[in-house]
Amino acid sequence: MRRAIALLALLFTLPALAVEPSEVLADPALEARARTIGQALRCVVCQNQSIDDSAAEVAHDMRRAVRERLTAGDSNDQVFAFMVARYGDYVLLKPPFKTGTLVLWLGAPLLLLLAGSALLLAARRRQRAGLAAPQPLSDEERRRLDELLATARCHPERSEGPLRQSERSLGLRPRDDS
Amino acid sequence: MIPELGHFSLILALAVALVQGTLPLLGASRGDARLMALGRTAALTQAFLVILAFGALTQAYVTSDFSVANVVANSHSAKPLIYKISGVWGNHEGSMLLWALILSLFGAAVAIFGANLPDTLRSRVLAIQALIGVGFLAFLLFTSNPFERLSPAPPDGNGLNPLLQDPGLAFHPPLLYLGYVGFSVTYAFAIAALLEGRVDAAWARWVRPWTLAAWCFLTLGIALGSWWAYYILGWGGFWFWDPVENASLMPWLAGTALLHSAIVVEKRDSLKSWTVLLAILAFSLSLLGTFLVRSGVLTSVHAFAQDPARGMFILAFLLAVTGGGLALYAWRAPKLMPGGLFQPISREGALILNNLLLCTLAATVLLGTLYPLFLDLLTGNKVSVGPPFFNATFVPICAPLFAALCVGPFLGWKRAELWPALMQLRVAFIVSVIAAIVASYAVDGRATLAAIAFGFGVWLIVGSLVEFAGRLRLGRAPFADSLRRLKATPRASLGMTIAHTALGFVVLGAVATSAWHLELMHTMKPGETVTFAGYQVTLQKVEEVKGANYIAERATLAVAYDGRPYTTMQPERRLFLVQRRQVAETAIHTNLLRDFYVTLGEGDANGGWVIRLYLNPLAPWIWLGAACCALGGFVSLSDRRLRIGAPSRRPVAQPAE
Amino acid sequence: MQRRLLFLLPLLTLALMAGFFAWSLLVGRDPAAIGSVLVGRPAPRLDLPALRAGDPPLTDALLKSGKPVLVNFFASWCAPCLAEHPLFTRLGEREGAVIIGIAWKNKRDEAEAWLKRLGDPFKSAGLDLDGKTGLDWGLSGVPETYAIDGNGIVRMHFRGPITERDLNESILPFLKGAE
Repeated sequence: MRRAIALLALLFTLPALAVEPSEVLADPALEARARTIGQALRCVVCQNQSIDDSAAEVAHDMRRAVRERLTAGDSNDQVFAFMVARYGDYVLLKPPFKTGTLVLWLGAPLLLLLAGSALLLAARRRQRAGLAAPQPLSDEERRRLDELLATARCHPERSEGPLRQSERSLGLRPRDDS
Repeated sequence: MIPELGHFSLILALAVALVQGTLPLLGASRGDARLMALGRTAALTQAFLVILAFGALTQAYVTSDFSVANVVANSHSAKPLIYKISGVWGNHEGSMLLWALILSLFGAAVAIFGANLPDTLRSRVLAIQALIGVGFLAFLLFTSNPFERLSPAPPDGNGLNPLLQDPGLAFHPPLLYLGYVGFSVTYAFAIAALLEGRVDAAWARWVRPWTLAAWCFLTLGIALGSWWAYYILGWGGFWFWDPVENASLMPWLAGTALLHSAIVVEKRDSLKSWTVLLAILAFSLSLLGTFLVRSGVLTSVHAFAQDPARGMFILAFLLAVTGGGLALYAWRAPKLMPGGLFQPISREGALILNNLLLCTLAATVLLGTLYPLFLDLLTGNKVSVGPPFFNATFVPICAPLFAALCVGPFLGWKRAELWPALMQLRVAFIVSVIAAIVASYAVDGRATLAAIAFGFGVWLIVGSLVEFAGRLRLGRAPFADSLRRLKATPRASLGMTIAHTALGFVVLGAVATSAWHLELMHTMKPGETVTFAGYQVTLQKVEEVKGANYIAERATLAVAYDGRPYTTMQPERRLFLVQRRQVAETAIHTNLLRDFYVTLGEGDANGGWVIRLYLNPLAPWIWLGAACCALGGFVSLSDRRLRIGAPSRRPVAQPAE
Repeated sequence: MQRRLLFLLPLLTLALMAGFFAWSLLVGRDPAAIGSVLVGRPAPRLDLPALRAGDPPLTDALLKSGKPVLVNFFASWCAPCLAEHPLFTRLGEREGAVIIGIAWKNKRDEAEAWLKRLGDPFKSAGLDLDGKTGLDWGLSGVPETYAIDGNGIVRMHFRGPITERDLNESILPFLKGAE
């Protein structure tokens, strides 16, 4: 029974971190690089997994190849190039930055810039038209305001004094909303 | 018999939905009160019928009625009851029925709780809901009938995917769908408003509870899915930028933007066309997600069985709903009355920035998810877009978003000064910088991006709390005064503080787990001990265990700290016999500050077993934080102002003489 | 007018996206099909021990002989390889095609027994026990077949078992055309 489970397990295991102890390199710095690279390479037979997470045979082969190349002295970029030469750009989980992927990399930031600048321009245009800033009062209006403020009460039910001086000096046009 | 009743109920529901989708609209444009009232009756009837249908399918599953093809494909007599029930929606047809159920329930909710809405608005909203329901019910009846019979009935079923036999994943779809479908209500409100030609503060106030409800459920659904992935997939990851995950993130981002944008419409009668557009987009992105998962245009670990014919139907539906909505928007939105003006530096300005950044995030996710498809069709080149891409493009945009998040509440409406607002946050800023420095030195002595991200998390927490403390005049007024202010604080503000602070905790948890986790992988024989993160872990034994419908290998590990026994962990590998698939059950020990996480790997020929040990700092904060975000939303939802005294439309006050 | 255009933008974006989706569904695009980056490029090296006892080791001499060659990666434990094998037997015997067979991650005796049982159409056969050659050829599993022209350039790639249709529509014309 145990053997049957083990056999079935080999065929039907689910993905989890699939790096085996036997694959781990002795040099921790190299192993760390292998892990970083492994997280960035796609398993070509799985749905959206890196080779580090896949238990597939091909993923195992790729992990081994990565470690062999690193031990042989390749840089990270050279290891990626090695894989791309065999499997194409598809194997890179971070798409390369070239003409075919310009829209992908720059599309959203460009959208942000365009929308942001359009909004700022519109706001500036409105400001220049003087709509956002309140109009200063004419002399007649200022006289009327002073009159009103001298006699108005804050809360008609409570007898408090007239509105404070500072509010009068704001010079605001009286508004009709609440 | 009962499955046939269920089938018949669905057909009736479709008929009712057709009526509900047309006559009330007519009534609203003609002002015919009877036709408008029809909407309410029809919504309640439709809900009743779909409940019947869903009940019929559930009954078939619970009684293991293997004459129903859907039950055969997805269930098994030996399955535990709870998974028989959750199996109802663990497949394509059943999950579509769940969509239809929640859609009709929300329609009924609008009919019942929308008494304070004007008749024209309510009838239009119910009509739009019904039209969406027509689409789903037609899809069910014509392409994905869950009630198809099998004759002769096989003796037993094929069982449910073992991955789905898990409490976390059992409740993930219902919560997600509550979110997606909730956005259908806001979509309906937006379309109704465009049809009426009027978006105003009252509309925003009416829309708010539905948006909040949808958003809260979607947050919970996404968090649950992420948590499930964390404890099932066996290496401590919690977000993989898989297309189906992205499909749920996009409506969430749009929904968050909508939530905040609606505040501006309510308070300042501004940002109307933005808000209406966001309402249309949130639901459209939900539908897009449904399309991506079920049509086969993208590969994903999560996707249902693919079927291009179904894909075409969903695409047509998506076009009708989104295209119709956006066409109406293009036609009517320019006619909406522009509202209050404001300066760029103001609360409105901050909320526009919030809108912009959230939409950019959504666009990034959309582009990343769909680009391989576009490029393949156009040029035949294949590229992959995985986590490294999203880490490079999504995460940086979160920085200005988080920075502005704390500043916004300090800015006044219409126009404000930036510097005074920033000065009020200087304590938060200093604390965040200190936290980032401490974090980077505590871990490995270098300034890393992770430490900066950690600082942002602290900024979110302290900034939100500082704002709340300021609101209560804490420290500047007598304590009794602050308490009084606390009681008088509107629940919506309380909810905001809770949600923003909780977001900070999510960020802290995500950063710590991703960047600073520890792991150890070792082949151990029974009796061996390894030292890991200060703990001594001994593999005691590995034995075979039988479950209801699986056989498992279970390892027992004793964990000691400082020589004293601390806990026992029992990771398993379960082999489900019917499907012949294996699922790993990780063992997690949490003290709410970190997760100690153990998985059992394969055994080798020498009696050794691969044991993987992980220490994930602050991991529980990710999901606790997300749950608290949703809690903040629910607190906001319970605000009295949303239930009673919803504003009626008053005529504009007469100017003083 | 400009403002109107702005409001149309979301609708236009949707139209564009939906166009792509409809296109993908109509052509029946398989998102899992990744093709091979080797097509159009010189075939990778071959340097393997012989599969069959007594044969010389497998090299790429055959690939440079001026005749078109098929390279078939297979394994005895692979069910689809079983399904496609009769087609190769037919190609080898009736059409006189030159086929190289490579047993991928297969034990030598198991692969030999499999060929003995089912027929051996291979002009030359090698054993790739550890999968390194498979990696060099961009293999993702078995079976996979490559068609190489007389100059050693890879012209076609089949992932998965070849079908009758592949044979008639692609392989036979290729073999005849590249003569």
